[in-house]
Order: sequence, then structure tokens, then C-alpha cells
Amino acid sequence: MTSKLLMDDKEISVEQGQTLLEAARENGMDIPTICFHEATTSNALCRICVVEVEGMRLLQPACIVQAADGMKVQTKSERVVRARRTILEMLAATMDLSDAPEILTLMDEYGARVDRFPEAERRESALKDDNPMYVRDYSKCLLCWRCVQVCADDAQYTFAINFSGRGYETQIGTFFDRAIPETTCVLCGQCVGVCPTGALKPKREYLLEQGMSPQEISVMNTGRKRRKQK
Amino acid sequence: MIRPDRIVTTTCPYCGVGCTLQLHVKDDFIFKVTSPFDSPVNHGNLCVKGRFGYDYVYHPKRITTPLVRKMPQKAGERTQAFDLSEWREVTWDEALDTVADNLVRIYQQDGSDAMAVYCCAKATNEDNYLLQKMYRALFRTNNVDHCTRLCHAGSVVALQQAVGSSAMSNTASQVLLNDVFIVTGSNTSENHPIIALQMKEAVEKHGAKMIVVDPRRIDLVDFAELWLPLKPGTNVPVFSAMAQVIVKENLVNWGFVNARTEGFTEFLESLEKFTPEFAEQVSGVPAEDIRQAARMYATAGNAAIYWGMGISQLSHGTASALALIHLAFLTGHVGRDGTGLNPLRGQNNVQGASDMGAMPFHYPGYMRVDNPENRAKWERAWNIEEGGLSLKLGLTTTEILSHAHEGGIRALYIMGENPMMSEPNLNVTRHHMQQLEFLVAQDIFINESGAFADVFLPATPFAEKDGTFSNTDRRVQRVRAAHPPRGGSRPDWQILCDLALRIEARLGHPTAKWDYTHPEQILREMADVNPDYAGITYERIDQVGLIYPVPTLDHPGTPTLFTESFPRGRGKFVPLDYVPVKEEPDDEYPFILTTGRLLEHWHGGTMTRHSALNEAYPEARVEIHPADAEIHGIRNGDPVKVQSRRGEVVLRATVTEKTTVGVVFIPWHFQEAAANLLTNDALDPQAKIPEFKACAVQVFPARLEDLPNPDVQVSRGRY
Repeated sequence: MTSKLLMDDKEISVEQGQTLLEAARENGMDIPTICFHEATTSNALCRICVVEVEGMRLLQPACIVQAADGMKVQTKSERVVRARRTILEMLAATMDLSDAPEILTLMDEYGARVDRFPEAERRESALKDDNPMYVRDYSKCLLCWRCVQVCADDAQYTFAINFSGRGYETQIGTFFDRAIPETTCVLCGQCVGVCPTGALKPKREYLLEQGMSPQEISVMNTGRKRRKQK
Repeated sequence: MIRPDRIVTTTCPYCGVGCTLQLHVKDDFIFKVTSPFDSPVNHGNLCVKGRFGYDYVYHPKRITTPLVRKMPQKAGERTQAFDLSEWREVTWDEALDTVADNLVRIYQQDGSDAMAVYCCAKATNEDNYLLQKMYRALFRTNNVDHCTRLCHAGSVVALQQAVGSSAMSNTASQVLLNDVFIVTGSNTSENHPIIALQMKEAVEKHGAKMIVVDPRRIDLVDFAELWLPLKPGTNVPVFSAMAQVIVKENLVNWGFVNARTEGFTEFLESLEKFTPEFAEQVSGVPAEDIRQAARMYATAGNAAIYWGMGISQLSHGTASALALIHLAFLTGHVGRDGTGLNPLRGQNNVQGASDMGAMPFHYPGYMRVDNPENRAKWERAWNIEEGGLSLKLGLTTTEILSHAHEGGIRALYIMGENPMMSEPNLNVTRHHMQQLEFLVAQDIFINESGAFADVFLPATPFAEKDGTFSNTDRRVQRVRAAHPPRGGSRPDWQILCDLALRIEARLGHPTAKWDYTHPEQILREMADVNPDYAGITYERIDQVGLIYPVPTLDHPGTPTLFTESFPRGRGKFVPLDYVPVKEEPDDEYPFILTTGRLLEHWHGGTMTRHSALNEAYPEARVEIHPADAEIHGIRNGDPVKVQSRRGEVVLRATVTEKTTVGVVFIPWHFQEAAANLLTNDALDPQAKIPEFKACAVQVFPARLEDLPNPDVQVSRGRY
């Protein structure tokens, strides 16, 4: 069954069950996303995809709101643009976006100012380097949930990571903050594959960034005596 | 942020799932691997090996210059040389001339029967095609095999016998269409991790019911409706009892049995002895659970069976696989989407290497070598005089080494395999390796087998060559070079062509054609004679690969086989008997040892033990059940000695309910505690596959200083 709705004053038809985001993308309209990923369940966490729907008091996250017959949607009204800009400014004030080029591009597009909230407390934490495969730098984490979801029933069914802390203290972590090798983690790196901000990064990529040469990286961890002469 | 110079799309070199990899390359160094979320096989998901386990490419121990042994080796006294000081670096010309001189000398002196080759399930289709062509066309021998003999030979022989084709009948992703599925002899989560994700998804999101039949409490059991913990080697009674239940309770799909099968009456008689109570007695699985499993499988709308080496690696591996095939015949759960007989193939390209004729009984395309018509086809393709190719069946992997003696195999060529880890009863294997007169190793590291060689030819890993792999669900996919070969190493196909020309010159043969400039020409030559691959071109598989049979250039591929009929016509029921494993536990050796693999490692360890994967899991462990451990005074992490009639190893114990009472488990990746020193070299009479899955051992407490590496200890939460 198809429904018809107005998006930015243009009539479009959508399949039943489609979200506003899907409807927009199918019709060539651009709604920005950050936490949304085609391979994970959408949870409308970052709110960058909000749109204005006539008759609804609050801005609606396009990644989870289903399109319905007769809806009138504005994807780039002034209110929407202001909300997105503010979200970007709050992100920039509290986290390290240096590894998130797509978000930095959005900031330019929306004229977001890095120094809008100079008093904001930054969410900083020490780099976690506790396994041979990847590092975790939660100063760069925007809590998009993707890593938690792919570790759970969006892909891996391993359930090694989840939230810890509450409110502003919320962070992604392991149970009892154990080192990764001590958890149920299978080191598949599904989490690394969906991280949008470089908070999760392959170890070798990280070492290369730190200025180590491929040669130096390749001789790491090879000192272990492999063969015992009989 | 590192910006890659290029991102190269290729296929994972580890297991048979065939995941798509994107290699992110900077300054000819892969610093990251990702996978596209629209990839056909894995949908963006990878396992630890695929995503992180490529660093062996850059390991300092990788050999990138041709080597010749300083000390000349003699038959009977051959030694291992791991240290570079025992080798002389030589030019490619010298190395290849030395190989050609010696192979031709032995061939002219001792004839075709003295020549043998191990092809490689890690290498590309093109590499394997060329190597079997070299031995068949130049040395006129069918002594060509590879590690398929050690993994699914039992399944292949059974499927050939009953169906007439030996690959998976359906694709792995069709598990999402199953209502009920059986996983047996496969620790899928560790050995085909991405297929295991789909199995879990089938259960959790699509309402499928999973039945696990396995002696170990593997990870999948957490998602299973039913777990049948059978004693190793009792597959035939358990699955035959299920067949009996299906017959006795009249759950048979008579339409299918009558229209599509033969031999049912004789089979029915043979089934009488397999009551669920008899099966319970020999396997330890409660008869009622066997009944329930049979009912679930038979009454499902769509049901399928997925199996691994727990079925095939037995001295009755063929019979084990036949017992599964019978279930599909009785219920008609084959020939439709979402059903099927699915042996999960181990290596990235074991399906392809088999397709390429890297086997002693078959040319490419499973054409029997003892059929003169097949021979004529390949004689034409390879420019060989009429009647020139051998009609004689070759020796299998296991037989090649056991025939290494005066008057038997004198020269062996090993491309990428490691029999000194992968054969059973390694002390005997060592003796056989020593008897060879000439040994060539073509590999990337000097592994336990290459260390015996006279000449070492440095080849390239997957990241430095082009070609194709054929995955477990018959999907032929591209392999692409990410950067040029390191040092002086060369892609296998180029080494083989260069060598073949030198051999031909010495033999004075007209050329069988080796002047390829790109691997695509090699695939084309093969596909022109092999109808399964006839419609496959590099252009057609540029993006997503094709699932063979692809008989024509416009054919879309064949995900589901046997929809109308079986290749042999009717499916054949084969009456079975219960044959116990060759070595049952007794007072002296009271435990059953079963071997297998770990998520973090790959087979003989040539790749993964030269990788950060080895940091993730650095030592061998033996799993023992808490009840057994208590009796023997063994605590978790204690050093123990595990001994069989053939050898012994010392390693730490993991006390865990993952194994069952009376059964201990050792992964076979670790040379310092090689499980195959213990295993039994008893063979399945038809498939010649060894009995890796069951032998008798004893377990003793040992001292810390007896451990090969006392300072190394794995510490992982999930084990």
C-alpha cells in the first residue's frame, strides 16, 4: 500500500512502513544523519535528522518516524536548521570530532560554531589500549549505540559491551569495566566497522597515526619465542 | 586520520565463507580492513581473522628471496632447517633451474609414479589449475591432491556416491529460510563465524529451531532448541536412529522417496538394528531426544543440515555423511530453497581447488581421470599427444607421504600446505618426509614442512596477487592485489608458469601453453572445458561473484541445486552398519581425544601464528570436563601431559563444561603442542580421510617447566 505526503511542498508517494528518512532519500532529498546506519537498528539518539511535521508539537526524528498518508513535512525549515546547528555545536563543545570528517562537513554546512558553548564540560577519558586488535578512545564517542547494537542482536550476539554510567556520565563500556580480552568479546571488530567518529579504531591504523612506520608496526609483538628446540 | 592511497576490494583468505574485504592501503601497507554493508555473503560483518588477521603479510619472518639449502639433503636423512643461516639466498633463475633439474632427473629416472604434488586450498583457482596441469601434462601423473583429503573427503565421497555432486546443495544464507536446521560436527561460531551469525539470526529473528548434534557444548548450543551430545564417532547410529524414527512414525515424504531415490528397500532392512535405544547405548544421547530431533526435522516445512569435520574426519567418515544424506532423502528436504545438504567447506578455496582438479581422481570439473573421453578433452586443451595423459588414479594426500620410500614417491612439491602439522600421527609423517629424495616448498614462511625442503620458492599471500576463490556456497569471487609483492616474492601462478617452461625445455615436450599474461586467461582456459565455470568471466564477477554451475555467459548462476533431479539421476540410499572408531578408550588410555580449531587461529598456524592473532590466543590448551579434572587432580590452567599410543604433548588444561565427560579437546594449530602427534592415522577405506576426531589418550599432571612456553598464558573471558 502506498501513501502520499508532502515533503518540502513536493508530493511524494511512499510504501507502507517506510520511515521519513527512507522516503526522503528515495526521492532525492537530503536529510543528514549521524547515529543512523543502514545495518543497525535506528534509535533516534543524535537527533540530527529531525524534521518538522505539521500538527506535531516537537521536531520528529526522520530515521524512526514512519511516513503516513497526508503528512506535511519540512526537512529544512528554519526551526529544523537551528536545531541541527545547535546539536552540532553541543557535540563540538563536548567531544573530540577530529576523526569525524562527515560531522565536520555538516558543521560547515550548517554554520555551526565550535565555540558556541565555551563553558561546556568536555567528555574526556583516557585511551583504552587493552587488546591486540583495536583501541578505544571514548573522548571521541558520541554515544550513537551502533557498537552496542552490532555486538548484540544487530549482528554478533556477543553482548560484550553496553552502557555504563548515567546521564552525562554515560559511557560505552564492558561489564565491571573489564579489559576487552576478559569479556565475552570475540574481537570481530563489528563495532569498529560501524563507529562513525573514530572512537574505535584498528590498532595498526592508530599506530600509523601515532607516527610509527609500517616497518616498526610489523616487528611489534614478534619477539615471542615461537619454537622450542627439542 | 590516515587517508588511504587506495581501497582494494578482495575476498578473505581464511575460511570458506568468502567474506568481501576492503583493504585500506597507505604506502603499500594495509592499515585497516572494512567490509561493505551490501556485501553479498557477509553483509559487512567480519570475524577477528578477516578484519585483523592480515598482518602476517608484513611479518619479518616472511621469506621474500628464493632459498636453497646449504647442506645437501639425502633421502632417509632429511632434516628441518628453520634458521636462515642454513639456507643460501639465490636468484629466481638458480632456484627454478635447481627445481627443474631435480624434478626432471627424478622423473626420467623413476617415472611418473615417483612424482607427487600437494596443491593448496589457500591459493587461487588459477594457481591450483596450473599446478595440477603441470603435474598431469608434464610428469603424466595423477598424484595430485590437497588438504580436502583431510577435511571433507568423507563428505565428498558420500555425496558423490549418493547424489553425484559434492558441493553444498544450497547457499549458507538460505539458513534464514529454514524452519528447522541441524548443525553437526561443526563449531560454526569459531570456524565459519559469519555463517554462525546467520544461524543465530535465523533462530532469534525468523523463528527457526536449531538442533545441535556435537560432543562439545559449542557456542551455538546457547541458541539451540535441542542439543544431542553424542560420543565422538557415533554419528551413524544417532542419525540412522533418527531415520528409523522417521520411517516407524510414518513421517516419510513418500512422494520424494518414490520419485527421486532408489535403494529404499535394502536401506530399510539395514535400518532395523538402529533403534533409538541402541543409539542411546552407544552414543550416550537419550533415545527420547533422538526421537524428538527426528520429528522436528521430518515435520518441518523447510529443514536443512549443515555439517563440518565432526562428520567426515572419522575412519567411517563416508558412512557418517551418508547417514545425514539419508535423512534428507527420507524427508525430501533437498532440492528446494531453504533446505539442503550443506557440508561447510573449511578453507577459503577448498571448493575451488577441488573444482580445479587438485585431486587424484579428477580433472577440473570433477571429470574422472580414468575415463578416456575426459582425458581426450584435456589432451586437446593442453596440446598433449593422444593417449598421453595418465588414466591411472593418483595417490591421495595421506597416501603420497606413506608411499615416500625407495620405489615409491621420490619428489614432492608442496604449494602452501603444511603436512607436518595437518597429517595425523606426526611422528610417522616426520619419518616419511625424511625419506623424500627431493622436496620443493612454495610458501610465504618456512613452516614445519617447508623446513624439510631442498628449495624454497617465496610466493605471495592473497594481498599481493590477482585471481579467484570459490567459497563454500560455490560463489566464485575475485581476489585482487593490494600492493606489489614484497621483496623478490612472486605470485604463485607466475612461479608455476616460469617453472613449467623450464621443465618443458628439459623434457623436450611441445608446450602445453604457459604464456599467460594475466590470471584471467588461466580461468578462461579452464572454463572452456569445465561446463560448471563456462559462463564465468572476470568481468561478470567484478562486483558480486557468481554461484556455479554457470553453464553459459548469460546464465545467472545456481544457488539451489537438485531442484529437478540429482546429477546421478536418482538419489541412492546406501545401507549402513555401525563401525566404532578404530581406537576406543580403555583402562590405559581412558579419554577420547577430539581435535578441532579455534576462532583466533588457522590450521597449521603458518599465517595466524605470524599475526597479532597469536597475541590474542598464544598457547595450546586441552579442554577437560570438571568431573574428569577433579578425579585427576587437575585445576584450570594447570600444566598437563596428554599421551596417546603415538606421542605426547604438554600444555595447560582448561577445565570447562564445554567438553563432555570422558572427552578431551585440543586445537591443532600449535606446533609446540601439536595435537596431531597424538591422533590416529587410521583411514576411511573409501575416502582415505584420517580419524582426527577420535583417539584414545591419557592425561597426567605435569610440571610447569615441562610446558614449551611456561611464561605464555592465554587469558580470555570467553573461554
